[in-house]
Amino acid sequence: MDHLDKLEAQSVYILREAYREFKSLCMLWSIGKDSTVMLWLARKAFFGHVPIPLVHIDTHYKIPEMITYRDRIALEWNLNMIYGENREALESKLTFPDGNTDRITCCKYLKSEALKHTLSGELPRYRMDHGLKRYVPDEGKEPYTGVIVGVRADEEGSRSKERYFSPRDKDNVWDVGDQPPEFWNQFKTDFSPGTHVRIHPLLDWTELNIWEYIEREKIPVVSLYFNQGSGTRYRSLGCYPCTNPVDSASQTVPEIIDELKSGRLSNIAERSGRAQDSEDGGLETLRRDGYM
Amino acid sequence: MMHGRAQMNIVIVGHVDHGKSTVIGRLLADTGTLPQGKLESVKENCRKNSKPFEYAFLLDALKDEQSQGITIDMARCFFKTAARDYIIIDAPGHIEFLKNMITGASRAESALLVIDVDEGIKENSKRHGQMVSMLGVKQVTVLVNKMDLVDFSQDVFEKLKADYSEFLAQIKVNPVSFIPVSAREGDNIATLSERMPWYKGANVLQQLDRFTSDKQLQDKPFRFPVQDIYKFTRQNDDRRIVAGSVAAGSVSVGDEVLFLPSGKQSAIKTVESFNTTPKHIATTGDALGFTLTTQIYIRPGELMVKPSEPLPEVGTRFRVNIFWVGRAPMIMQKEYKLKIGSARASVKLAEICNTLDASDLSYSNNKLQLDCRDVGECILETSRPIAFDPASASETTGRFVIVDNYEIAGGGIVIENLSADETLLQRHIRERENNWEKGLIKAEERELANGHRSKFIVFTGVGGTGKRSIAKALEQGLFSNSLKAYYLGVANIDRGLDADLGYTVDNAGERLRRIGELARIITDAGLIFITTIDDADDYDIETLKQLNEPSDILVINVGENSFSRLQPDLHLPAGINVADAVTEVANMLKTKEIIIDYQI
Repeated sequence: MDHLDKLEAQSVYILREAYREFKSLCMLWSIGKDSTVMLWLARKAFFGHVPIPLVHIDTHYKIPEMITYRDRIALEWNLNMIYGENREALESKLTFPDGNTDRITCCKYLKSEALKHTLSGELPRYRMDHGLKRYVPDEGKEPYTGVIVGVRADEEGSRSKERYFSPRDKDNVWDVGDQPPEFWNQFKTDFSPGTHVRIHPLLDWTELNIWEYIEREKIPVVSLYFNQGSGTRYRSLGCYPCTNPVDSASQTVPEIIDELKSGRLSNIAERSGRAQDSEDGGLETLRRDGYM
Repeated sequence: MMHGRAQMNIVIVGHVDHGKSTVIGRLLADTGTLPQGKLESVKENCRKNSKPFEYAFLLDALKDEQSQGITIDMARCFFKTAARDYIIIDAPGHIEFLKNMITGASRAESALLVIDVDEGIKENSKRHGQMVSMLGVKQVTVLVNKMDLVDFSQDVFEKLKADYSEFLAQIKVNPVSFIPVSAREGDNIATLSERMPWYKGANVLQQLDRFTSDKQLQDKPFRFPVQDIYKFTRQNDDRRIVAGSVAAGSVSVGDEVLFLPSGKQSAIKTVESFNTTPKHIATTGDALGFTLTTQIYIRPGELMVKPSEPLPEVGTRFRVNIFWVGRAPMIMQKEYKLKIGSARASVKLAEICNTLDASDLSYSNNKLQLDCRDVGECILETSRPIAFDPASASETTGRFVIVDNYEIAGGGIVIENLSADETLLQRHIRERENNWEKGLIKAEERELANGHRSKFIVFTGVGGTGKRSIAKALEQGLFSNSLKAYYLGVANIDRGLDADLGYTVDNAGERLRRIGELARIITDAGLIFITTIDDADDYDIETLKQLNEPSDILVINVGENSFSRLQPDLHLPAGINVADAVTEVANMLKTKEIIIDYQI
């Protein structure tokens, strides 16, 4: 087995463990490359099927190509696709693009809060109807007790402290200082009522591993990752008011791999195009509050 | 094309202030992993604040660093040599971080044990050595650090090496090597030190590159813990796939396979995977699935093996080494949940043979519980048989964790199977029967007065086959024939007798015991006691049978037979007409001379 085989096998094992132990399980799909690889790994784990609902938090400020891609893949791969949103904040224009909040607060409202309450079932969920080929209100209001998230340990400091199975208490709080031990391949699959567990199958992957795997498996990813003639491409995807492309000539996956390995991006942070990270407290503050 | 460079996880352990962070800082600096100018700026900072530069400061300064490829924090950091990539799992020496250390070390393929040559062997030098041993990290190198403090003396080094080797031998750790280093000064880290010409071995980086990733599991007997059984019917998929990861050995299409503990057999029809070329063989580490040549009923948690190879052990009682990290102590009598391979079972601590206090290395033989951070040799008993290997034979199927109140509270390895011993259940029944207080009425007198013998009748099978309707109708039919029968709905026990138990796997054994004890009393009273149990397996029935002794048990299976060896006394098809079913049961009762006559 080469290194990618080992990473794949471990992720598949984690996904199956989650599917076996959590009756109310979902997978967060941000449409980005990492969670798309995770979705592909679910197809590996379940032999072409995806028996887990995919949840996307739609801020309505996503780059339009992302939503087009999401819905195309959802139909092609027969996914149980669900999205949630913070309609109240959007309607009362409590957002950064509307000029009423800073970036971090906007993230908190449109992503963290929307996510928290979509997972708990307090906010409406919308489900892709494969017959009608559009979203309809979802009947399901049950809280998800297992949430599969595509974070990687190498992304930034707080993510490197995560476990594969990481408990969150009633208020979504993550107690970094007192996490359960993981002996070998035995994880925390028991949880008390009211709490939930976040599951991280991609923890050991690096950005380079992700691209190498996309290349090996020929996984379709959203076109925004590639330079389409402008000399720029996105390295990390988010909302358009806060996400900037990086200068890069890479038009194909092998070119991206080359650029990461030895080229000009090899010593620049992956999330450098994400403006909210550089605000006070940044990602660590957001994550303690329930951000992915 | 080979994707991804080879990678190895290493853990660095040792007592507080013996120099772990300095070793890490040194490795990062000497492999050129640091961002440009970082080292200089930290040194400059030290100069400004007039304190001596330490590599540990570098780690602090790097904590929030987010540049590609290196993220430094308390958990892990990355560096590379020409041979491969390394992930260092930094295990803080403070005792509060023990759970982090376990998590890190159990993923490591090799370990560096750092010990201060001047301070010598300290509590964590021992405790961490013990944990590295139990967690199965086979490749250990001891870095004897701070050699500059003892003038690079070979004598001092050899003395510590001898002392520490003696301790490590007791806990079955055989270090690959001892390297004298001064992490702060860089001696023997990336280059051999000129200040210790007497040392002819490898430097630290050379030693790391010599560690092997191969765990030699490939040549062991095939072991496949069944993680799940999938049948996804969407898009007309009719495959029934046995899914999991190969823990050891390999298997090919056509091979005979055996499932334990159920004892069911079949053969591999196909190897299943998604988006790969077709596979005919599955080897250690592969996460995939199989279809079988025959339709057999198996459950997640079984161990699939090849009958042609050495078989694993199957048992309910075994000697283990446990490392306990729970907030509450591990106590006798309490039911815990055991997870081993893909199996889960309720488990009790039957005996504590001895415990090791890692701080002074003393053994204690009289502890009644395992406290947090105790390492104990104990005897465990599960409520049902599990399949496993002694860890010395096949490590991946000889490791377990114990869950207490939703948390993983301990981990350990199996030393040996003790199933030939008297089990807790057998001892309990023996003592119960020895002390059973009898009334003045003999069983035969009751039989004569009632006109029938007492019996415990259990209806089994999967849920939804109509067995409860049959059981109730049987009670009614027997009653109308003036026979003394009583039907008990198991839900009544859940809310009554078992109200103190939650409905979890941890106390499945206790729930079953209570039904058995009830049967013992009600059959002693001379009644025909009828109940139903969903999804009972051979072992459940065996347990009830033992608990019900000296009376006997009758098993009536409705629907698909999920027993592996046990022969039910009667089979009824699912959805059978209730009246017909009752007649069949009554006829059997007559044949077995439990009742004399029965009128419909």
